[in-house]
Amino acid sequence: MQATSHTGYAGHHDHDSHGHPTGWKRWVTTTNHKDIGSMYLWFSFVMFLVGGAMSLIIRAELFTPGLQYVSPEFYNQMLTLHALIMVFGAIMPAFVGFANWMIPMMIGASDMAFARMNNWSFWLLPPAAILLTASIFVPGGAAGTGWTLYPPLSIQMGMGMDMAIFAVHILGMSSIMGSINIVTTILNMRTPGMTLMKMPLFCWTWLVTAFLLIASMPILAGAVTMLLTDRHFGTSFFSAAGGGDPVLFQHIFWFFGHPEVYIIALPAFGVVSHVIPAFSRKPLFGYVSMVYAIAAIGLISFFVWAHHMYVTGIPLTGQLYFMYATMLIAVPTGVKVFNWVTTMWRGSLTFETPMLFALGFLVLFTIGGLTGLVLAMTAVDIQLQDTYYVVAHFHYVMVAGALFSAYAGLYFWLPKWTGHMYNETLGKWHFWLSMIFFNIAFFPQHFLGLAGMPRRIPDYAQQFADFNVISGIGAFGFGFSQLLVLVVVFQAVKGGARAASRPWDGAHGLEWTVPSPAPYHTFEDPPHFDQAEAHG
Amino acid sequence: MSHPASASRYFVPQPSHWPLVGSIALLLLATGAVLLMNSVANGGLVLTGGFVVLAVMLFGWFGRVIGESEGQRYNLQVDRSFRWAMGWFIFSEVMFFVAFFGALFYIRVLAIPDLASPEQAALWEGFQDSWPSAGPGASDPFSKMHAWGIPAVNTLLLLTSGATLTWAHWGLIAEKRTQLIIGLLLTIALGVVFLCFQVYEYGEAYAHMNLKMTTGVYGSTFYMLTGFHGFHVTLGVTMLTVILLRVLKGHFTAERHFAFEGVAWYWHFVDVVWLGLFIVIYWL
Ligand code: HEM
Ligand SMILES: [Cu+2]
Repeated sequence: MQATSHTGYAGHHDHDSHGHPTGWKRWVTTTNHKDIGSMYLWFSFVMFLVGGAMSLIIRAELFTPGLQYVSPEFYNQMLTLHALIMVFGAIMPAFVGFANWMIPMMIGASDMAFARMNNWSFWLLPPAAILLTASIFVPGGAAGTGWTLYPPLSIQMGMGMDMAIFAVHILGMSSIMGSINIVTTILNMRTPGMTLMKMPLFCWTWLVTAFLLIASMPILAGAVTMLLTDRHFGTSFFSAAGGGDPVLFQHIFWFFGHPEVYIIALPAFGVVSHVIPAFSRKPLFGYVSMVYAIAAIGLISFFVWAHHMYVTGIPLTGQLYFMYATMLIAVPTGVKVFNWVTTMWRGSLTFETPMLFALGFLVLFTIGGLTGLVLAMTAVDIQLQDTYYVVAHFHYVMVAGALFSAYAGLYFWLPKWTGHMYNETLGKWHFWLSMIFFNIAFFPQHFLGLAGMPRRIPDYAQQFADFNVISGIGAFGFGFSQLLVLVVVFQAVKGGARAASRPWDGAHGLEWTVPSPAPYHTFEDPPHFDQAEAHG
Repeated sequence: MSHPASASRYFVPQPSHWPLVGSIALLLLATGAVLLMNSVANGGLVLTGGFVVLAVMLFGWFGRVIGESEGQRYNLQVDRSFRWAMGWFIFSEVMFFVAFFGALFYIRVLAIPDLASPEQAALWEGFQDSWPSAGPGASDPFSKMHAWGIPAVNTLLLLTSGATLTWAHWGLIAEKRTQLIIGLLLTIALGVVFLCFQVYEYGEAYAHMNLKMTTGVYGSTFYMLTGFHGFHVTLGVTMLTVILLRVLKGHFTAERHFAFEGVAWYWHFVDVVWLGLFIVIYWL
């Protein structure tokens, strides 16, 4: 054994001295978690801009009643691709990027457990993105079903639908491999002394998220596979004439879909659980209850799916069960919000950009969570289903929740990644513009929904016009404000004030014990784990 | 958990171009399949190209891993990583089948009775709640698959193959190479016979029983579940064959043979799925 591992170690040095491939080859062949993390983050940002451009097409069309710029078919395609690209191309890869960068550094590992497969998980994303975007240009256009891909419409679409189906398959492979990698890394690569209950919370959230992905992505794969065979091989899973049922698809889809929203939310919780203590200069309040809350949310998320299906004719007992089960999730989520607030209680707070985004997250995510509770009530949801109220709800959760948290993490760890402090003034501008325009864009949508404006429609009745103008202004303002972050990141990569190894005095965790920028191979041997760094 | 000092030195593989090759393969496969399914020119060509590139990638990548393993590059920590990963991979495969089993249960317990309920009588007059069913729109008569013919034999074959594989494993641990090789050969043979029966059964179903993919939900669930299972058996047989070739080359020791065990876990998983299929598809 002794000899064995020694060879491995020597080999490792060996390739260091030979040098890595450079230029584009470095990025294509890399097995380094930092390179791969950066690629995930850049990819995610590009997709965010693409998906964002699509949302602006949607908002431009909705600026005034009537049909202005695009056909209803194209509107639906933009709507579908916007959502698929934002969910699978922007938000999920962003947090996988954070996982790649931070998990090995946080637990004291040299790299991910499967460094080569890690690279494949990333390189599967571009083919999926190509399939999705190219589908706009094929005969019949892209899938126009909404991201939920419900039959019978999805059975009738043209070949763009098949491209979306295969894109989903490839994205699923990527997610499953990435998740297996993360679970294995966390369970098997922690430095001696770091027990699970001393592990940083970001790793905990990813452990549960990865479990959710491994369990739910194959379900989605099964669902779209049945769509594919119904489309081309004459099966009747979703056709009543053959004994099937379109509602069956909704059950399978949401059995994946609800865990999916926690796949997006949990890593966001993880990031915020690091940022808030750091800028409160206090340890996180209630670490153990946080861990249990994460696990509880992960578990319950598999048993609430039909709250998306109250109006499909499920029996009354079913409606009641899913209503109460959904409300149950508010309990662990409430525990988390309580702990974040309590962490700040009597802390010595400062409000640098990461903290601002974390606080923006806290306030707006809580609003999104509360509207979620409103929607959980069957009697209410029967009115609000498929209205703009739902659109407002999930943008509060996904944009002000997940995206703001990703920004908090970006500003928080950027000094560690680049070795430079970012431009604080620009960062603050980015935050305040995002915060204000986001609310201008999405808050009025609550009113639109309550007044009965349906979602997924390019035209609407006159009485909705005013709020849509406001929402449109907010959307364009929000969209263009996001370009600021590009400037900030470029500046920080190029230069700026040198960052100390622990640029935030309240931050804890192994990642702050190494220099900034972190060396290419952070830990060649398991580091000593000082209890002061426990819990990240 | 305290690691022995020797196991704590990390292993990180060298840069590799195989991931990119794999991604190109999948892009070709997806594009080819889309073209083929929509009857656009050259679909088959692109699809074939995708398979070729995929095969090259699999050879290259796994060849690399086997080389690293035989070159003693993997320490105990890497071995543990492989075990975790294989376990979670099999779990993800289980969830894939859960989707199809779930569809089957939903159709039998909810969809068919609902279509036969009085509320639906105006749409589907006279439709009876029964199984197997090809749905209210079907007019073509078909016959049902019976459990106690080929499927029962197939169950026996797969169960036996699980035993022969374990016997082979005992041989590996006891350094009895002949037992190991015979055990593997038997397992592979049983798997291949299983597959042949399956193909024969499909042929019969199409030729004489009028049971097709297009035979309503019965045909849909039957072919989807048994088809994906058969595909997994094929994968399992392929992996067992690779293990056999490696054994013939003298790979593996009594202590270190994760590849063998990983494939064995996979084979048992395929076995268990079949038991589920036998019960709910053929028998009940
Ligand atoms: C600039 C920011 C954004 C704007 C202006 C925006 C705007 C919109 C609009 C107008 C719709 C159509 C609503 C409808 O007619 O039903 C929509 C749908 C949607 N958006 Fe966004 N969005 C933004 C960011 C995001 C992000 C970051 C995500 C995800 C993480 C996201 C996820 C979705 C989803 C899932 C849908 C539903 C699509 C469907 O009905 O299938 N959006 N968005
Ligand atoms: Cu849900």
